[in-house]
Amino acid sequence: MLNLIPGVEGYMYPNEIELQWSVLIVLYPYITGLVAGAFILASLERVFKVEEVKPTYRLALLTALAFMLVAPLPLQLHLGHPERSFEMYLTPHRSSAMAMFGFVYLWYLMIVLLMEIWLDYRKEIVGWAESSTGVRKWIYRILTLGSRNVSPAALRVDDKVGYFVTLIGIPSAFLLHGYVGFIFGSVKANPWWSSPLMPVVFIFSAMVSGIAAVLLLYMLTSKLRKMTIDMRCVDTIARYLLYAFIIDFSLEMLDLVHRIYEADESLRALDFMVHTKLYFSQVILQIFVGTLVPIALLGLTQVWKFAEGARKSIYAAAGLLTLVGIFAMRWNVVIGGQLFSKSFLGFTSYKMEFATREGLLPGVALMVLPFVILWVLVKLLPPWPKTA
Amino acid sequence: MEMTRREMLRKSGKFILLTGAAATAFEYVLAGKAEASPNYEITKHWWAMIIDVDKCIGCGNCVRACSEENDVPEGYFRTWIERYHVEGWDNAHPEVDSPNGGFDGFPDNHKGEKSFFIPKLCNHCADSPCTQVCPVGATFTTPDGVVLVDEKYCLGCRYCIQACPYGCRFLNPKKNTADKCTLCYHRITQGLTTACCEACPTSARVLADLKNPKDPVHEFLRTHSVQVLKPHMATGAKVFYKDLDGAVR
Amino acid sequence: MLTCVSMKDFLRNAEHLVRVVLLLAIGTITFLLVRHAVIPRDFGKYGHFRPASMDDVRARPIKFAGHEACEACHADQVETKNKGKHANVGCEACHGPLARHVEDPGSVVPKLPDTAVLCVRCHEANSAKPKSFPQVVSAEHSSGLPCNTCHKPHNPKIASEK
Repeated sequence: MLNLIPGVEGYMYPNEIELQWSVLIVLYPYITGLVAGAFILASLERVFKVEEVKPTYRLALLTALAFMLVAPLPLQLHLGHPERSFEMYLTPHRSSAMAMFGFVYLWYLMIVLLMEIWLDYRKEIVGWAESSTGVRKWIYRILTLGSRNVSPAALRVDDKVGYFVTLIGIPSAFLLHGYVGFIFGSVKANPWWSSPLMPVVFIFSAMVSGIAAVLLLYMLTSKLRKMTIDMRCVDTIARYLLYAFIIDFSLEMLDLVHRIYEADESLRALDFMVHTKLYFSQVILQIFVGTLVPIALLGLTQVWKFAEGARKSIYAAAGLLTLVGIFAMRWNVVIGGQLFSKSFLGFTSYKMEFATREGLLPGVALMVLPFVILWVLVKLLPPWPKTA
Repeated sequence: MEMTRREMLRKSGKFILLTGAAATAFEYVLAGKAEASPNYEITKHWWAMIIDVDKCIGCGNCVRACSEENDVPEGYFRTWIERYHVEGWDNAHPEVDSPNGGFDGFPDNHKGEKSFFIPKLCNHCADSPCTQVCPVGATFTTPDGVVLVDEKYCLGCRYCIQACPYGCRFLNPKKNTADKCTLCYHRITQGLTTACCEACPTSARVLADLKNPKDPVHEFLRTHSVQVLKPHMATGAKVFYKDLDGAVR
Repeated sequence: MLTCVSMKDFLRNAEHLVRVVLLLAIGTITFLLVRHAVIPRDFGKYGHFRPASMDDVRARPIKFAGHEACEACHADQVETKNKGKHANVGCEACHGPLARHVEDPGSVVPKLPDTAVLCVRCHEANSAKPKSFPQVVSAEHSSGLPCNTCHKPHNPKIASEK
């Protein structure tokens, strides 16, 4: 078939040739996934009393906050009219999953994250408000909200309320990231996206990426601060990472097997796409490098007793590969869903630009920014476990 | 009292928020009410279209007329024509092309039978999946059955474009909002027909008003076999194709 | 959850939480006020949208006048056309958008289309066109001459043909 449009093979509806959602829309679920996952790790200790992971509790919360603050930015950069985004608060359309973004985001940021962090740190904040000087003193003073009551009774109240906040934080985290899965999963026009499994897959891959991120950050910051890594802690985190991974992988395989077995009209096009345009990101990066290898590595540590140094290296490698793999997963969902035509007769290509509003450069900047924010947060609210 | 950094941030945040709210408000002030045709009653119409596939000659008049009437940016299409070629019995794998949407007609590809042209446009679905997903209500179905985009309200999030099964939406690069066929709402509410139907030399495209008892559409639907695109999606599409071949996507 | 603690004690120890609730309340009320001020009164009248938007769309300029507008002044051409095969071809299908001419017939004078370019858009032979549709390979049919050398566009039938 004669086709003069560069990057297009076969037939695409004319308006489909250009992709609608760019790498920024890949970043958004990745970032909120890290938020949700980091929070779930923190809740392991607070709600499920997994004492071993306590050393990472505060770090996980601050990580979640840092990424949470950056989360709306890729969306704002992507919108045709970012100045109108406030309309989502004014007239949210109740039938649209996307409309809940504003409220879920605010709810999670304020009621869950900020409240929980504030309640956990309040005692220290009051202390720092008195002991520090200059700008920092003012910051801490504002954070106290004018209350200096850190009596044991007040702290007990904090603890109880904090527990409750974490408790509702867990379904809130599922909602924060699950609704993104639903945004894709509910689009009947797109067979790559349309699936009831989508929100569940998103949530589990979020947990995987968030847990891996906190694991890596804990190991990295401990090394930078020349502090010993609590092996009992990282061993436990690695175990939970493995569990989440197994569930995540099973869900993704279930989707794949189901799709291939039912072989509906979209299969030929999707199969072709996975074997060609999406081969590297889906088969190599997501499935092999990003899932099978980490699962194998983590699984090995469960059946074989490795020395401490070896375990640290394995966890670091598994963690890094996981983060790459989950990014690839988001890429494959968002970009993959737009590479094939809804006529199932053709394919297009994603031309990612570099220094434009939705290009690679802002994407990289948006991924670096949370770490900068985390650095500031760590300086302001040190999360390090008190040494004995 | 000197401003701390945090206070500064809080104040700036509030400023940005209120400016955003003010900007939104200002746009409403500017929107105003346009002059409407006084005799047109929205509830007395339910717009649709009939496309007689056997009559389409792929001349591209409709694509050009629509582009002219509605200032459609080059490279984007509110309506377009597809040329199908079905080889033998292989209905499931037609060869399809649409050079520049059919804007300049079709150079002969010498494929012979079975080949035909399919004009496409927004189906103005009664159960539209695109209006369902709009987060703010910037795209909607009018009481007379036309799906429109509110240019002054659309955020340009592109969710509606993703949700349309027919590929009829696009992001207008000049307005940065979603855009698509409006069924020439500005014309049909004044007693005219759509630009594409006006320009079609063979009456392959005919506007229909399902609520008008005198409209020839009723007789047409009673006496011909019609299909909609992607009926399994249950979108309530209102563009009815006479004798639509099963190969059409 | 909280064991027997008197209300006064509770408030003293939870006073910081009361401040948080207060902040949230102020934020919520401000938000509701802004919302009430900014959303158009009639939003939601016909559905979840701004009704004024329908008027915005209806206010768009019209470029094609529609064949009925032409018929008011050019009845003779219409009569000729109605006798032939082009009876159902709209005027602007060939002459282009002419709403401006209808508004001001004196000063906006449309240019006659060039038949060498115009007619082949429909009538150039193409294997995808319906077989019953009149089509020719223009290079062979007219050896490069413009179509109106022999055919009158409004009624294209050549008089000598039966």
